[in-house]
Order: sequence, then C-alpha cells, then structure tokens
Amino acid sequence: MSTPTLDKHSAALDAAENTASHTIKVTFRIRRFNPEVSEEASWQDFELDIDPKERVLDALHKIKWDQDGTLTFRRSCAHGICGSDAMRINGKNRLACKTLIKDINPQKPITIEAIKGLTVLKDLVVDMEPFFQAYRDVMPFLITKGNEPTRERLQSPEDRERFDDTTKCILCAACTSSCPVFWNDGQYFGPAAIVNAHRFIFDSRDEGGEQRLEILNDKDGVWRCRTTFNCTDACPRGIEVTKAIQEVKRALITRRF
Amino acid sequence: MKIHKYDTVIVGAGGAGMRAAIESTKRSRTAVLTKLYPTRSHTGAAQGGMAAALANVEEDNWEWHTFDTIKGGDYLVDQDAAEILAKEAIDAVLDLEKMGLPFGRTPKGEIDQRRFGGHSRNHGEAPVRRACYSGDRTGHMILQTLYQNCVKEGVEFFNEFYVLDQLVVEEDGVKKSAGVVAYELATGEIHVFQAKSVIYASGGTGKFFKVTSNAHTLTGDGQAACYRRGLPLEDMEFFQFHPTGIWRMGILLTEGARGEGGILRNKDGERFMEKYAPVMKDLASRDVVSRSIYTEIREGRGCGPEGDHVYLDLTHLPPEQLDAKLPDITEFARTYLGIEPYTDPIPIQPTAHYAMGGIPTNVEGEVLSDNTTVVPGLYAAGEVACVSVHGANRLGTNSLLDINVFGRRAGIAAAEYCADHDFVELPEDPAQQVIDQVERLRNSTGTERVTELRKELQECMDANVMVFRTEQTIKTAVEKIGELRERYLNVSIQDKGKRFNTDLLEAIELGNLLDLAEVMAVSALARKESRGGHYREDFPNRDDVNFMRHTMAYREVGADGKESIRLDYKPVVQTRYQPMERKY
Repeated sequence: MSTPTLDKHSAALDAAENTASHTIKVTFRIRRFNPEVSEEASWQDFELDIDPKERVLDALHKIKWDQDGTLTFRRSCAHGICGSDAMRINGKNRLACKTLIKDINPQKPITIEAIKGLTVLKDLVVDMEPFFQAYRDVMPFLITKGNEPTRERLQSPEDRERFDDTTKCILCAACTSSCPVFWNDGQYFGPAAIVNAHRFIFDSRDEGGEQRLEILNDKDGVWRCRTTFNCTDACPRGIEVTKAIQEVKRALITRRF
Repeated sequence: MKIHKYDTVIVGAGGAGMRAAIESTKRSRTAVLTKLYPTRSHTGAAQGGMAAALANVEEDNWEWHTFDTIKGGDYLVDQDAAEILAKEAIDAVLDLEKMGLPFGRTPKGEIDQRRFGGHSRNHGEAPVRRACYSGDRTGHMILQTLYQNCVKEGVEFFNEFYVLDQLVVEEDGVKKSAGVVAYELATGEIHVFQAKSVIYASGGTGKFFKVTSNAHTLTGDGQAACYRRGLPLEDMEFFQFHPTGIWRMGILLTEGARGEGGILRNKDGERFMEKYAPVMKDLASRDVVSRSIYTEIREGRGCGPEGDHVYLDLTHLPPEQLDAKLPDITEFARTYLGIEPYTDPIPIQPTAHYAMGGIPTNVEGEVLSDNTTVVPGLYAAGEVACVSVHGANRLGTNSLLDINVFGRRAGIAAAEYCADHDFVELPEDPAQQVIDQVERLRNSTGTERVTELRKELQECMDANVMVFRTEQTIKTAVEKIGELRERYLNVSIQDKGKRFNTDLLEAIELGNLLDLAEVMAVSALARKESRGGHYREDFPNRDDVNFMRHTMAYREVGADGKESIRLDYKPVVQTRYQPMERKY
C-alpha cells in the first residue's frame, strides 16, 4: 500500500509534533463569587506562564492547583463530551476544555465568568436545576403506542439522518445561557430544551410529537425565540440550534414532521 | 447530618448506574447518588460501539462472541459470565433501541454493525462486523438514552453527592451492607443513606496514570470505599492501555477508526501490525496492539522529533466516510492538534483506559467478601466491578455491553432483595469516619500539596506499571507509592469553606487513588507471568500452571495500626474453552 502522506509532512503536522516548549505570559481575569466570603462578586487577575496550545481548562487547573485552591469550577472529561465546563470566555460561551489559549488572543487579559441567566453559586458554578427542569418538561424520551416489536424498530438511514444533528447535544447549557430571551425571562424553555424536543419530534419512531408540540406552543415555548443565532454560535457541538428551533416552529404551523 | 432511608441506593449515574436505576425504580424505592450530574458521566466518552451478535450484516452468533471475549481476556475470564454477556448482548442492544437509542442503520433499516478489535468470525478466522454503533458517539447516545429513560421512569437523583464511605455491619460473623455516607458538594453537609441494598456503579480508576483517556473524576471512589471496609479487590493488576490516544494528551480515538479501515504506521510508513498479528492486523486485541506500538518506539521506529509516538493513518479513507462515521474523533484531531485527518496522519500513543479489575461480584452483581461469600445487600456493576467478563484484557465494545447487561442484572437483583429483607441497623455514629476524614483535611496545616503528590503518583505509574513492567519497575512503584501515602498524611488544602469545596474533594480523591495504586502495584508484583494487559518483561510468557487464577487483595490492619495488603487467589471458572496460545 502506498503511503504518500508520510513522505512529505504538512506544516500543520510538523507544528503538532514540535516538542520544543514554548510558553507565554497570559493574564486570566476571572469573575469570583463566594457568598461564604462576600456577597459581592469581583474580578481577580491571575498571571500564568503557559503554552498557548493548552486549553483554557488547563489554565484554570494551573491556577487552582498552584495559586488559589478556592477557585471553583465544574469539569470532568476535559475533551468536550461531558458538558460540565461551559463558561463565558472573553464574553462568548464556550467549553473551557475545547478552547485553546492561542485561539482567543492571549495578548490581552482573557476574561472568564460564569454562564449567564442561571444563578451563580460560587465562582464559575451555576445552579443547573432550572436548565434541567426545562429539559425534563419537553418529555425527552421516545414515546410509542401499541405493542413493541420483537426485534428492533426499523428506520431508514434517511429517517435516521433527519434528526442526527440534534442527537449531538451534551446539555452543557452554552446555548440556553447565551440567549437574550432566556436572560430576560428564565421561564422560557430555552434552546437546549427545544433541541431535545426536536430530536424526538423528527424521529420517525416517535409518536409523541403532538404532545411535545403542544408543550412548545406555550407562551414560554418556541415563539419566544427571536432568531438571534447566539445559540448556534455558542454550541460547542456545532449543532444548528436556530435551524432546529425554526423546524419546530414550522412543524407547529404545518403539523407535519 | 441528615439521615435518609431508601430501599435501594445506587452510587454512580453512568451507564451501569442508570441501567440499574431503570430496573430498580420500577421495583423498589430508589435513590441514585452521583458526584456529577448524570449526563456528565464518562460512559458518554465511549465512542466506537457495543458488541452483540445480531448478525444483521453478516453471519454471527453469540457463541463466537463468547469465545472472542474469553480469548481476548487471555483466558482469565470467568467463562460462565462471558457466556451470559454474549447471550444477553442481543436483548441489551434491542432494549436500548426500544428505549430510543438512535443506532446507525443498514439500508434495510436494521441496526448497522462495524468491525472492532478482537471480534472474529468462527473462532478467529477473520474480523466480523459485530459492533452496533451510533457514529463515533455510541457512549454519548447510550448515556443520553438511559438518562432520558430515567426521566421517564421518575428516577430520583441526588446530584453532586459524593459517597465517601460504605457502611458494613457484622451480624453473626456475616458482613452486611447497611448503607452509605455521602458528602453534599453544594453545602458540605454529610448525609447518611440507610438502604436495604446498595449498588456501586461508580466507574474506574484511570486518574492514577498521567496519560489517560479517563475523566478527571475517575478516581476509584467506590473501590476505595469498599476496600477500606475490608472487602477485597480482584485482579487490580490488569489495566488496559488503549492503543490510540492522542499523543501526550491521552484523549481517546476510537478503535472504530481502525474498524473503518484506519491503519497504524511507524516513521517509515510501514503498516507494522502485519508483523505482530498477521490475520487481525490493526484489529488485534488492545493489549497486543499497545505492546506492538511500544516495541516500534523502543526499536527506533517511532515518529516525531523524539520518536515517541506512531501514526493513525486515515488519509486513504474517503472524507465522506470520515464525516459520516468518525466525525467526533476527526474533530478532536483538528481542535487539539491543529491537523486535518483527511490529509495528515494523527500522532497517537497508548493511553491508560480501563480497569479490568475491581470489586468482585458474581453474575447477579452480588459483591463477594471472599472467594465465595456474598455480602447481603451489596452489589456492583460496570467498570467498578470485576465479574469477571474481561479477564486480563477487555475487548473493545464489551464495556458498553457490560454496563447494560450487568447494570440491568444488578438493578433487578438489588430491588428483589429489598422485597424480602429488612433494613440492617445502622452502626453507632455512622458518619463518624467521614466527619473525621473531612475535618482532618479541612483543618490540616500540613505542608504537602495535593497537586504535587498527584503529579508524582501519575508520573510514577506511567514510568513503572504501564504497558511494560519488570520486578524492578514495579518495586520502584511500590516504594514510591508508600512514600506518597506517608506524605499524604501531611497534606493540606487552601479552601476551608463548606460551599462547593472541590479543593477538598480533590484531596479525598487523591487518597483513593493512592490506596488503589498500591493495590495495583502489589498485585502486579506477585503475578510473575505475562497475561493480557499485564506484561512482565522478566516473565514474558503466560503461566497457566501457577497463575491461571484471579488475584484477591485485602486490606489488613495490624495490632499496631499498620496497614498492609494481603493477597489471596481465586480459581477461574472454565466451562467449555481450554486455554490456548493466543494469536491474532
């Protein structure tokens, strides 16, 4: 078998394999809040020597482990799958573990604060309960009628593809907490809950579409969306969130899905 | 301190915990305690697939799957358990489909299947398509589907509740489970959960290694809680190193990439797996592939300026196939390495991935306090447990299967146990050990730092008990871990508060890792043979005469208060398969 790619390295591969250590000085400006200490939130600067190819999460760990053990944030998998570490980095919602320092201009102080619209409990930790409640309210599970088949339900590759995009959701809340409607009114279901309703409404095996559409037809449902695309920009999984919301709106009008 | 009373308490809300919860909630009053939120669990990071001999795309049957599992585990697998795993795999996949899991589909609309390491047709003839998948995010879809069904069933969760102690009471010389003690992260409050049955489903221990695919939170909490209460740990020397982690970072790149046709190459562009596994090549079992990679590196055929990695080459696969079948891992390469997998090979190295050993159970998920005695009311399933279906080396796709088959079994067994048993009385001051532990750490003025000890532990483990081991390296590790455990007594934390004190939790997690690392190293030192994931350069062959047996490690405390580890052994259950030399 020929191995054309190995004879000539691309610049990107050479850069990826470069082991020379190269660190730069970066300032992280972090929004701190701990009601055990003070009712007021405040900004605190931390300086680090860090390789710009590292993740923002690596920087937060370095600060917590080497400088200030009280700095508090959630994290688990550290590669964009578990959805624990959504935060506002330079004013934009991102996952700290999927954001490399070099990609967000480390020449200037990098600001990090908790996601908006959910109550801050300590530093970067927010109360996720209202977010998960909205998710549970859209009945995020397959609803079917009649007897179950002995083998699997059949579904064509095309029907499977129809809702593929919205199955990627990791419930990190980056979309919902980037939505200006949600900031102003926490009663709004928010993009993530609608994404998860979409995932079932457009699943050919599901028979609960009408019920879910009625829930989303509520005054706090899809009609609150003002199509600002913040959610689509914020999604670390690349889900076309606004498009999914539009498809749900259309389904409500046409009752076809 | 608060006291709660439930029939069943489940510790952990990953795949095994939630699969158990779906069953136990229907049958008993159940609480699920998780130190995260359920959807954050590391089941969600599994990528490639879940094995089941559905035979949707080619001839297959569960007996072949049983054989592959036993051979893959280098004959340390309990064969009765492997047969259950392979047989119940089919219903486990169909159950998930009915719960809503969006599997990939064949043109006929059935569940599609792909090739995976070590899974073969007719006892090793050729690779077989047995892994049911959903792109390269099968674990994500399983975790989401199980959580969705927990919502549907009204499962009661206690999120960010960290279980720190297992309450074991001795009645008439029999060890029984009385419940667990948990720490509420939001408030710092201690909670005692009295329960008729407790199921551990709290995952693995990978964070004692530096280069690992495991989440920061995989610190062996369940294993440590049971071990400290005198219960044994089985086969802890067997740890799996997945061949393809992103170089230096350890982030998993699924074996499904090789199942789709990806090839491992050394710096000369050679497809080196042809030398080591002529039939299965890149799809040999993981222990074999990881050793082959390090052999290439040691013999000077590694890639990069330091020759310390090899390549996973996907460049010959059509971009459409990568987009459709491997979208997440190709994005990892772009995000974390800045390279384009359509045109560049991906630098990889083996990454610490999976604990084959754990809390010993029988096939009903009941925990054992020795080789045969069941602890009434105590269950375990998933990576925390050792049934043992994985033996000395787990096959890819068998862990997503394990959590579903044995999670379900444990959930049913635990709930049924509640129906005809009463609560065991709580010991006096049930939370005292946890209160002492938390207060000691919070008030300590010691000079040792968690971060430094953890770093030294991880570097020691990577250097000494990874893919290649010798008596000398293992002894170095045992000594170093002993030193770290001494220093741990002098550890202090900066955050003295009650609210979301993750500084405190990291200190507790380090204590768990240190205990378990010691068990692993001591177990590895005594196993003077090579089998599956445990490779001793000083004993390169498998020794069925002396070591066809499971290791059982017990914590002993002497009259002087000194801790030590006592090793015992348990026979392997063999049914129809005689051990053979393992070739791929």
